[in-house]
Amino acid sequence: MSGKLVVSASPHVHSEFSTRKIMGMVIYSLLPAGIIGVYMLGLRSLLVIIACVAACALSELVWNKYIMHRKDTTGDLSAVVTGLLLAYNLPPTIPIWMAIAGSIFAIIIVKQFYGGIGCNIVNPALAARAMMLISWPTAMTTWTVQGVSGATPLAAMKAGTLPANLSCWSLIAGDMGGCIGETSAILLILGGAYLVWEGVISARIPLTYILTTAILSALFGHGGGMFPIHEILTGGLLLGAIFMATDYTTSPMTEKGQFIYAFGCGLLTALIRTWGGYPEGVSFSILIMNVAVPLIDKYTEQRTLGAPKSNFFKRMGGKS
Amino acid sequence: MNLPTFIGGVHPPEGKALTEGKAVETLRPEDVREFVYPLGLHIGAPCSPIVKKGDAVLAGQKIADTDAFVSAPKYSAVSGTVKAIEPRMAFTGAMEPSIIIESNGKYTPAPSLHDILGHKPQPSEYVKIIRESGLVGLGGACFPTHVKLSPPKGKVIKWVIVNAAECEPYLTCDDRLMLDSPDEILKGLEFVLEIFPEACGVVGIESNKPEAIATMTAHNKNPKIQIMPLKVKYPQGAEKMLIWSVTGQEVPLVPALPADVGCIVLNTRTTWQIYEAIAEGRPVTERIVTVTGDAVADPKNLRVPLGLSVRELIHACGGFKEEPVKILSGGPMMGIAMRSIDVPVVKGTSGILALTKKLAYIAEESACIRCGKCVESCPMHLNPTYLDQVVRRRDYGAFEAYNGMNCIECGSCSYICPASRHLAQTCKQGKAEVNALRRKAAQEKQEAKK
Repeated sequence: MSGKLVVSASPHVHSEFSTRKIMGMVIYSLLPAGIIGVYMLGLRSLLVIIACVAACALSELVWNKYIMHRKDTTGDLSAVVTGLLLAYNLPPTIPIWMAIAGSIFAIIIVKQFYGGIGCNIVNPALAARAMMLISWPTAMTTWTVQGVSGATPLAAMKAGTLPANLSCWSLIAGDMGGCIGETSAILLILGGAYLVWEGVISARIPLTYILTTAILSALFGHGGGMFPIHEILTGGLLLGAIFMATDYTTSPMTEKGQFIYAFGCGLLTALIRTWGGYPEGVSFSILIMNVAVPLIDKYTEQRTLGAPKSNFFKRMGGKS
Repeated sequence: MNLPTFIGGVHPPEGKALTEGKAVETLRPEDVREFVYPLGLHIGAPCSPIVKKGDAVLAGQKIADTDAFVSAPKYSAVSGTVKAIEPRMAFTGAMEPSIIIESNGKYTPAPSLHDILGHKPQPSEYVKIIRESGLVGLGGACFPTHVKLSPPKGKVIKWVIVNAAECEPYLTCDDRLMLDSPDEILKGLEFVLEIFPEACGVVGIESNKPEAIATMTAHNKNPKIQIMPLKVKYPQGAEKMLIWSVTGQEVPLVPALPADVGCIVLNTRTTWQIYEAIAEGRPVTERIVTVTGDAVADPKNLRVPLGLSVRELIHACGGFKEEPVKILSGGPMMGIAMRSIDVPVVKGTSGILALTKKLAYIAEESACIRCGKCVESCPMHLNPTYLDQVVRRRDYGAFEAYNGMNCIECGSCSYICPASRHLAQTCKQGKAEVNALRRKAAQEKQEAKK
């Protein structure tokens, strides 16, 4: 024994989890849905994905290294995940410069302005999508399937003109119009199952969100009493519920809080889909619930083991 | 099978395979050498020496004591002469006032505690003789056992729980003790049940020790004692988690004690030592230490006299096969990283763990991503990342409001944190700061009175 010993506080061992590893697993879980999206919607989708990922990673690098002069955090891969998610939420025909502008908005304004990873109050990819939807409504809502442009199933559902030949199978397999990552339900579910299996996310948020949307939409009479299964498989619900609503930073930390948050997302989605101005409400629902997270966290704090059981009203007026 | 457990916790790699299959070996150096006995290093008042330089001492002779209630006397494990009374480095890295004894290698025994008492102790004298034997919690916390066994008046003790969970990874000394001396442990528990006639006894063992469970069950003939297998999860052996798992009761927030819910929890080795004190009249002069880790050539459990240098223990295990970067006193979750191995084995030394670069975790912190894994893993159901934030901005009021003082420092949060944040460390710091502020406030109040 020649060298000096390291002295530090316990614990002296660590689990295999790291931010980079978690983000890596999220990327793996997203890849299959992206590949089928590119296959169904054409090679241009790949260009959009690459543009978003590159723009996000570069924005993160430039901001930290050359503007803020602090440690570069591109290595934690969170910017890559943001880029992927943003691309998956865009139509394949989107002009590349718009995709890049959205990416820069996501990373610089939504994420870094608030302090970088872990500090943003809303999901960067979703906020960027909302910004793009408002700024370039036409480009963001033009869909083509195999060269033919047409309405997405959800828009058709809203207008009451859902084609009779649209089977559940085409929704599951990804043979429908929509955003790049939204097309294949089965691959999104498989990706989500992988994340649950690996312990990256819990199934609480996606299941509560999806079931709430399906049941409430049916109750609200959305789409003329369609099967709830269509409700689940169309639009961005699966992508949103599995990959966006579960974003650590912008979802509650306690079990109880996660249920409330996911129920809120489901309720808002059903409301927007049924009576809102847009055919789809996943993005806005999650964004609104993101903002409510600090409040939810505050009122769903766990009871410390051994602390007296306090009721809700006591907590409302209790300690700050 | 649904075994009793608690909510929260983590599953660190167990690392017990290195030593669990090996019988305990005795290390009893018979050459002339130094043994070091720090006067403090237990919870409560430090002792004062009752021997002076040049005095001859016998093995099992009391060398330091105090009048304070919360404290425990110290005994020499060897016969020899007092060489010096001076500060020496302890496992904590601090210089502790210590009695240094040069052994003559003969281990000439001193009169037993029974001889001093004049007869075999009666149940009413059990607590007295346990105090006299210098017994403290041998799991590592070193809380004087006689204090635990003297609950405040009016508290009825219904459960005496032997903590044989040994949830700390790598350590197997309690496991081995149960295989070697099940009768002594059960007898020790029976002695405690004689002090508390209304209580029943439970031995809680994590189910990863099937042999120990089988042995203890086979040797248990007392209907008042139950051997209870527990789920394997860290920190199953933490006092509050164990009480919750076994009895379903929550110990209220600090400063409440287990006695408030009718429980007393004793470590396996402590229970064994209670037998030694009451039945044999022997004070605490030796213990079993698990010497292990991926840097140790031949990991094993050693029965060693207290006061022996840790260096000798490692030497007895074939030295290092690889360069260690960290050497711990205790296990990897709650153990203390030592600056040097030239420190004595003390009552709380349950293990010596030498880790190479491969296993020793030294990571850079990154930003909290609010994943909530620490919240999920905290067995006390605190919010470690909030506590971390408030301590870092020195908001100790908020630290107390979030029940930070109830942190049991188990380290589950730091273990699981993907951003490698030093959550347990900041919690410990927060607790220390709050205690310092409280002491200061009490002092000021006293001065104002004057």
